[in-house]
Amino acid sequence: MSSRIPLVPENTEPLPSLKGNQGMLAWVSSVDHKQIGLMYLIITGVFFVIGGLEALLMRIQLAQPEMDFISPEVYNQLFTMHGTTMIFFVVMPFLIGIGVYLVPLMIGARDMAFPRLNALSFWLVVFGGILIYYSFLTQSGAPDMGWFSYAPLSEKPFSLNKGPTYWALGLLATGIGSIASGLNNIVTILTLRTAGMTMRRIPLFVWMILVTSFLIIFVFPIIASAFAMMLLDRLLDATFFTPAHGGSAILWQHFFWGFGHPEVYILILPAFGIISEVIPVFSRKPIFGYEFVAGSTVAIGLLSVGVWGHHMFAVGLGDVANLYFSLASMLIAIPTGVKVLNWIATMWGGKIIFATPMLFATAFIIEFVMGGITGVAIASAPIDWVVTDSYFIVAHFHYVLYGGSMFAIFAGIYYWFPKFTGRMMSETLGKWHFWLTVIGFNMTFFIQHFLGVMGMPRRIYTYQDFPYWGSMNLLSTIGAVVLALSVLVFMWNIHVSLRRGKKAGDNPWNAWTLEWAAASPPAVHNFDLVPPVRGRRPLWDLAHPEQPDEPNAKVVD
Amino acid sequence: MADNKMLIKFFIASESIFFLMLILAYVNFKGTVVDGPTAESSLNPYVTGIFSLFLLASSLTVWLAGKSLRAQNHTMMKVWLLVTIMLGAIFIFGQGREWAGLIEQNITISRNVFGTTFFTLTGFHGFHVLIGLLMLSILLGLALFGDFKGPKSDGVEVISIYWHFVDGVWIVVYSVIYVWAFFL
Repeated sequence: MSSRIPLVPENTEPLPSLKGNQGMLAWVSSVDHKQIGLMYLIITGVFFVIGGLEALLMRIQLAQPEMDFISPEVYNQLFTMHGTTMIFFVVMPFLIGIGVYLVPLMIGARDMAFPRLNALSFWLVVFGGILIYYSFLTQSGAPDMGWFSYAPLSEKPFSLNKGPTYWALGLLATGIGSIASGLNNIVTILTLRTAGMTMRRIPLFVWMILVTSFLIIFVFPIIASAFAMMLLDRLLDATFFTPAHGGSAILWQHFFWGFGHPEVYILILPAFGIISEVIPVFSRKPIFGYEFVAGSTVAIGLLSVGVWGHHMFAVGLGDVANLYFSLASMLIAIPTGVKVLNWIATMWGGKIIFATPMLFATAFIIEFVMGGITGVAIASAPIDWVVTDSYFIVAHFHYVLYGGSMFAIFAGIYYWFPKFTGRMMSETLGKWHFWLTVIGFNMTFFIQHFLGVMGMPRRIYTYQDFPYWGSMNLLSTIGAVVLALSVLVFMWNIHVSLRRGKKAGDNPWNAWTLEWAAASPPAVHNFDLVPPVRGRRPLWDLAHPEQPDEPNAKVVD
Repeated sequence: MADNKMLIKFFIASESIFFLMLILAYVNFKGTVVDGPTAESSLNPYVTGIFSLFLLASSLTVWLAGKSLRAQNHTMMKVWLLVTIMLGAIFIFGQGREWAGLIEQNITISRNVFGTTFFTLTGFHGFHVLIGLLMLSILLGLALFGDFKGPKSDGVEVISIYWHFVDGVWIVVYSVIYVWAFFL
C-alpha cells in the first residue's frame, strides 16, 4: 500500500459522534465497518417502524368482524409489504449489520476484508428498500401478492400493476448486496483473524455469521435467478411461470422455497450467535459445549437446503416427497435442540445476572422453543394440510421470527449498545420494554394458534362473526397495541440513553471477547494493540493469568 | 492485504448456483413443448460449435497472458490479452448472429418455453462474456499505460479465473442445449 490519500472525508472522532467530523458526507461516503454497521442498524430501525405500522394497521382492521377500516386492496398491499419489509429490510440487514460491526472487532481485525464492497452491500440494501417502497407512489400501488409471490398470481394477467415488478427489482438489488456481504464476511473470517485466533477460538457469534454467510452465497443465487425469470415474464412476456403458455407455477414455488427455507436460517443463525454471546457473560460461565454449538450450526446449514418441500405439502408432491420432506424437516430439530440444551447447561449453576440483555436472551429460549415445537408439528404433512395458510402458521413463524430473531436482536442491542455508543441503556426502561414485549407478543400471537386451528385463514382482510372469533381477534389486536407500546419505550430508551446514559467504559459487562478490549465506542482504527489470544476468552485470560482457559496453549504473537 | 483470489473463488461458487438454476429451468421444460420451436427444430449445433471453439481457445490465451505476466514478458502479455478479447468478441458475434437468425424466424423469448429458457440461459451467459470482455479491456488498457509488469498481479489473475469460469459454464450450456438435442 502506498501512502494513504483520503479521497473522502473521514471521521476522526469515535463513532457515532457527529461532533468534529464532516457531517453527512462522512457517513454517506464511509467505508469503515463500524460506521456502515451503525448505518445498517439505523436503516433497519426505520424499516422496523414502517413494517410495524403496517402490521398494526392490519391488526386494527381485524379487531372486529366485518370492519372496513382499510380496503381489501390496501390490506393485500400491507401484508405483502409487512412480510417483505420485516424479512429483507429488518431482520436480515440488522443481523448482517451487527455482524459487519462486530466481526472485525471480535477477530481482532482493522476492518472487513473488502471495505468498499461492504459499503456497496449496504447501499444496495438501502436502494432496494427505496425501490420497493417507491411502488406505493405508483398509480397501482404496492405489491399485493404476498411475500412469497406465488405464480401465476404475480404474473400477467393476474397482476397488471407495477407492484410485483418493483418488488422483484428491489429484492434483486438487496439480494446482490447480501451476496456481496456474505462473500466479504467469509473472506474476512477466514483470512483476517489476529494471531492465536484459530477457528476453534473465534466467538460463536462469528461462527454463526460464517455459516450464515455460506448459506447466503449459496441460496441467494437461487432467488436471484427466480427474480430474473419473474422479471422476464413480466417485462418481456417470457413464459417461465405462466401455465397458460406452457410454463410452470410450481417451478416458482420450488425456486422460491429452495431459497426461502434456508433464508429462515439466515434469519435465525446470527440470532443464535447473539444468544451464545450473551448467555455465558450473564451466567458468568464459559459456553457449555462450544464445539457442539458450532458443529450443530453447520449441520443446520447443510440440512436447511434440503427441506424446502415442507412449504409445499398442499401442492401434492406425492407421498414419497412428502415423507422425505417431513422427516428431513423434523431432523433439523435435533441440532437446534442441541443448542437449546447448550444454552441451558451454560446457565445451569451459573451466577445469573438478569440484566436486560439476559432477560431477552432467556425469554428468547422459551419463545423460540414454542415456535420450534409448532414447527416440528407442521413439518408433518397431514398436520400441515389441516393448518396450512391459517393463522396457526402465522403464529408459528412469528414465534420463531419475533420470539426468536427479534428477541435476540433486542438482547444484542442492549448488550452491545455500550460498545456502539459509549453509554449504557437505561435498565429501568429496558425492563419496561422487556415485560411489555413479552406480554404484548404472547398476547398477540399465542391466541392465533387457536384461531388457526378453528379455521381462520391468513391473508383475509375481514371475517364473519363466528363464535369467539371477534373476541379472540380483539385480544390479538390489543396485544399488538401493547407490542407497539413496547417499541415506543425501546425507542425512548435509545433516545435518552444516547444523551444521558451512564458512561459505559470499555467493558461494562465484564465480558471476555475481543470487542470489549477496544474503547467504547471503538477508535477509528479499532485497537491500538490487539490483546494476545490464547483461548476462547482472551479478556478472561488477560484478567486471570493464573487461571487461563487453555493452560497449555502455545503463546503466539 | 485482502485475499482477492479467495473472494473470486467464492463468488464463482455463488455464480455457479445462479447458472445451475437457469440450467434446471431449461432441463425442466425440455420435452414439454407441445407446439412451436424446439432446440432440435431451430438450432444449428455445428455453427455454434465452431464459435464455441473460439471461446475455448480464449481460455488458453488468457492462461498464456498470465504465464507471460509471471515471466515478466510485458509485450506478450498485452498480445495475449488482445487475442483473448478478440476470441471472446468473435464468440459474442456468433451468438448475436444465432439470436438474430432465430428472431427472424419469430423464435423469441415470449414464443414458448423453449424460447424462454433458451434466450434466458444463453443471454445470461452472453452477458457474463460481455462483462468479462469489459474487464479484459480495462486490463489491456491499463497494461498499455504500463501496469502489470509482473511477476504477480491479483487483477490479472482474478479476471483470468473469472474468464475460465465463463468458459466452463459455456461447456455445460452447450452440452445441455446442443449436445443433448443433437448428439445423444
